[in-house]
This record gives sequence, C-alpha cells and structure tokens, in this order.
Amino acid sequence: MSKRRSPSRGAIRYHVLVLDDADETVAAVRRLRRDGFDLHDVYTPFAVHELDVEMGLRPTRLPWMTLLGGTLGLTLGLGFQAWTATANWPLNIGGKSNLALPALAPVTFESAVLLAALFSVATLFAASRLFPRGRPPSQPIAAVTDDRFAIVVREADAAFDPSRLAGLAGELGADPFIESWKVE
Amino acid sequence: MTERQQVSQSIDPRFQELIPGEPSLSEVTNEIAAPIEKGPGALWWGAFATAAAALAMGVVLVGYTIGTGIGVWGLDRTVGWGWAITNFVFWVGIGHAGTLISAILLLFRQRWRTSIARAAEAMTIFAVMCAGIFPVIHMGRPWLAFWVFPYPNTRGPLWVNFRSPLLWDVFAISTYFIVSLVFWYVGLIPDFATMRDRVKGWRRRIYGWLSLGWDGSTKSWQRHEKTSLLLAALATPLVVSVHTIVSFDFATSILPGWHTTILPPYFVAGAVFSGFAMVLTLLIMTRKLMRLERFITLDHLDKMAKVLLTTGMIVGFAYGTELFIAWYSSNPYERFAFWNRAFGPYGVGYWIMVFCNVVVPQVFWSAKARRNVGLLFVASIFVNIGMWFERFNIIVISLSRDFLPSSWTHYVPSMVEVGILVGSFGLFFTCFLLFVRFAPVVSFHEVKVTLAEQKHGAHHAADEDPAAPRSNWSGTTFGRPSPRTRGA
Repeated sequence: MSKRRSPSRGAIRYHVLVLDDADETVAAVRRLRRDGFDLHDVYTPFAVHELDVEMGLRPTRLPWMTLLGGTLGLTLGLGFQAWTATANWPLNIGGKSNLALPALAPVTFESAVLLAALFSVATLFAASRLFPRGRPPSQPIAAVTDDRFAIVVREADAAFDPSRLAGLAGELGADPFIESWKVE
Repeated sequence: MTERQQVSQSIDPRFQELIPGEPSLSEVTNEIAAPIEKGPGALWWGAFATAAAALAMGVVLVGYTIGTGIGVWGLDRTVGWGWAITNFVFWVGIGHAGTLISAILLLFRQRWRTSIARAAEAMTIFAVMCAGIFPVIHMGRPWLAFWVFPYPNTRGPLWVNFRSPLLWDVFAISTYFIVSLVFWYVGLIPDFATMRDRVKGWRRRIYGWLSLGWDGSTKSWQRHEKTSLLLAALATPLVVSVHTIVSFDFATSILPGWHTTILPPYFVAGAVFSGFAMVLTLLIMTRKLMRLERFITLDHLDKMAKVLLTTGMIVGFAYGTELFIAWYSSNPYERFAFWNRAFGPYGVGYWIMVFCNVVVPQVFWSAKARRNVGLLFVASIFVNIGMWFERFNIIVISLSRDFLPSSWTHYVPSMVEVGILVGSFGLFFTCFLLFVRFAPVVSFHEVKVTLAEQKHGAHHAADEDPAAPRSNWSGTTFGRPSPRTRGA
C-alpha cells in the first residue's frame, strides 16, 4: 500500500521484518536490540503486552493529562457553582447557606469525570496524531491491522550491514523481508 | 496420561475456551468482518423493517405530542410523572450493563468480556439516547430544553438551580453519554482501521476517516491501552453516580414510597440487572443474525445468566428490605404506601415485578437452563418487563396515592404514551441493527489479545512448572515487565 512513498527524511533507509506471531515478534525485537540494531517502530494488529518494554519505550505520560483534566473539571465545576450561588446571583432558599457544599457534590463530580475523560482522549489523539484523514497512513504493510507484525529497523549509520539483517530475518522466521522501505 | 493431556490439565482454567477452536488471527478478522462485508440476510431486513416502522410511529407521536401539547398524555395534577419518566428511568438503567461489562469487567480483568463488550457499549449509547428523549418531551415546551444548561442569559443571568436533583440529572446523563460515546469510539478506532485495510472504494474512504489514520504502532497501542484503562476507571464511579443521581430525583422528595435511603443502591442494582437482561436479549439476537456463535459463546451466555441471578436476588432483597423498613418505621404513610403498592389498584404491576425479577431468574440455578438459548431469551424479556414495572410502581403508585385522599387519582396512560414507548424501542433497535451492520460488533483487537493470551497461557503451562508464578499476561499490563522476560 504505502511501500512506494517518496522519501522525505534525507537518506535514512528502513528495513521491515514481517512476522505472524506475537511471541515471535517479542523474541525478534529482543534479539534485534541485543544485536545492536536500531528499531524504528513495531506495528501490530493488537496491543502486544511487554512489546513496549522490550523496545525500551518509556511508559506513557498520558495519565498526567487525565489528572490535569480531572483537577480542572473539579475546580471549574465547584468554582462555577460557588460563584453563581454566592456572588453572581445568591438566592435565599429556605434560609439555608448559599454555599451548600453537599448539594454541589454531584455536579462537581460529573464535571471532573467529564474533563478527565476528554483530556485523556484528546491527549491520545494529539500524541498519536489521530485525526480524520482520507488516505491511509504510513504503515509498512496493510496486513498489520489483520494478522501480521512488522518490525521496522532503521539504518542508523555506516556500520549497518544489510546482509547481516537479512540473515537474521531468515533466522527469526520473518517472511517477507522488505528491504528499503521508505517512511514518510 | 499423554503429554497433551497433561498440558491441557495444567492450563490455567482462565485461559481455556474463551474462543473455542483456536482460530488464527486472520480467521478472527474474516469471521468478524464477514457479516459486514457480505451484507445482511432476510432476518436482518425483517428485524430492521420492524424496528424502523416502530421508530417512524414514535416520531409521528412525539410530533403530535409537541404539536398539540402534553394533554394528549394521561397525566393529571396528581400524577405529573407517569409513563415518560418511567421510560426514562428504565432506559437509563438498561444503559448501565454496557458500562459494567466494558469498564468494570475490564478493571477486574474478566477476559470473557472481550467478545461482548463492544455490543454492550453500543447498547449503552443507544439506551441513553432513548432515555434522553423522555424528559425533554415531558417538558411540554421542548424547544426550550436548552434552559437546563447554565449559560449566560438575559434573565439576570438567572442560573440553573445547582441544588436540584433534576439538574444533577442533566449533568450526570450528559456526562455519561459523552464518556460512553468516547470510550466506545476509542475502542473502535483500531477496528475501523482493520476494516479500512480490507474494503475498497468509498467504504474504504469512510472507514479511513473513522479510523483517524490508525497504523498500529507500538507507542500508539501503549497510549491506547492506557486511555482505555483510564476511561474504564473513570466510567466505573460514573456509572454508579448516574443511577444514584437518578434515584435522588425520588429519594430527596418527601413522598412516601420515594423518600427512602435505600433507593440509590436499589436503583444501581436494578440497573445492572435490567441492563444484563437487555444485553442477553441483544446478544442472542446478534449471534443469530450475524452468525457470531463462535465469539459469543454459550459460556458468555452462561456467565451473564449468573450475573442475572445474582443481581436479581439483590433486587429481591431490596424489595424485602423496603417492605420491612416501611413496617418498622411505624409511619402510617410509609406503611400505607407499600401496602397500597402490593394490594392497591395497581397491585397487579407489583406482582408482575416480583414474578419477573425475583422468581424467573431462579431458573438459572440450573446449569442446563443457563445454556438453553431459548429459555435465556424468554427469561431476559421477562426481566425487561419486570424492571419496567418496577419503575412504574415506584413512580406512579407512589404519586397516585399521596397525602390528601381528595387528590388521589388513577393514572392510565393514553395510547400516545404507549406508542412513544414502542417508538423508543424502535429507535433503540434501529440504531443497534445499523451498528451491527456497519461496525465490527465484536472487537477485532480485543479478541486477538484474548486469543494470544489463550495461546500464551497454553505454551506457558507446557514450558514451565505449573506451580511457578505466572507471567503478567493479563488484561492491561502495558508497561510492566514480566518476571519471565525482564532478565532476558
């Protein structure tokens, strides 16, 4: 699908190992990293657990945005209710306190949950660059959304030896092995 | 004992038979996508035509109500909340099972949820849509419905009353709808990408847009998993809050039969109960219509029947508690309210409720009954009926016999009200049938994770001493190295 896309990032070349099993992919990633190859990314049809750890990816910092959203929702929700009840238009309801905190709890809770959820999802969309687009994204082969696992290796420096990678690909059971895939 | 038997005996039972037959990954994709790609059968068209006709009738009757006025309903000065609010509470309750399955069972790492979670989440969204219609048309002047939101206005600005449970409802239901919708959509993104990479032409464009350029890279999966987990963690207290707040509409009033502290837990348990019944009804239909018996298995139905039995008994216990407390309070109004509920003019409704909600689920003590699809279907419909009557009993019976006997009335719904309820079922089933037709009703990626775990669990048991600690291959453990691979 997107195998033939014009290169835009200088002369860096990429090679793709395609596997058909999650466990083998995790093992292959481990092996490739041990052998000093520079992994660009791994594309999988589902969330393969431990793969991010094997690739040396940091845990995502997304939960901080959830916390921020929740805190913001809590503050705004409570603050707005308190402002309308005490400052902007105080109403005497049965002589009760204007700032009747227990009565403000439900709306405060709901607004905190709402903003926490929306912040989490907005962060996911922004960080992974998910937005409506008509054409398919750059992914090494379309079957990674079906049953294939694609490991993309970056040709990092002059010491890179394509034949060694090709040999390793055969050993790891990667089929096919795509040489020189162009990443957008 | 052969080696194979030894292996199968040492497999952790949690890994067994969630998806029977060990299909390959592409078989999973093909089988789940088949109903979307092949087009629907006669059964689907029949169901769709029926649902769409009911929806059309509902639209006409809602139009008639708005055009003529709320007087076309059977409400009077004493019973101001009748059929419409009963339907509202009923539909909100239906929605709860979706969140329970998708969020709470995710947090509890119940792997069997993977093949049914998507349908249950869709059900939540459509049920909340149906629920939302009723309070709005009940307002009488629905074109002013936006007055329920706090926006700067020319009336002061006079703000909405944040101390009113009815306003809490507005916030709870809208938050619940938005969060459920977002949760559902986030789960669908990778599945839309799978569809995008299978189909051609204009459908590919549409799935391409819906999948937001998902490419399945590991970092995206890591964030996706974390987001799902966080949304589940947020949705769990949310779902409890929503029906609690709905029950506050009644519990914070002073009417005997409404003014009780048991209402919040009673409503939440009832919601889970009725929602699971509706999930059962829908899944039994879906697996038949879409030929998904491999993914929505008898084991799933069996587990849901157990939940139905449990929640049914919680609800039954609540009915008993309610009666006991009414007697124990020594309050003549309370005592009368419950006596009247069981033996008054609407007594039939009470006993329908007890029969459907407490007696019928008892058949699920039998394992055979839990795996009998026909029986499950009938029982789930009984529970739906029973739970509808529960809401009717609470709302209408309590109102119709309030403090002053001179204002007592006997509320009977008009045909317009009955037709609008039928119309809401039409909306619900029309949406659901369109959903199963155009979106993967079983999650590709979640089933594949379950499958990988199943396989991994089997390998693991074969490789290692079964008594040794397991690796961390459970629902959502992204980011945590397992003891098995850390040292490698």
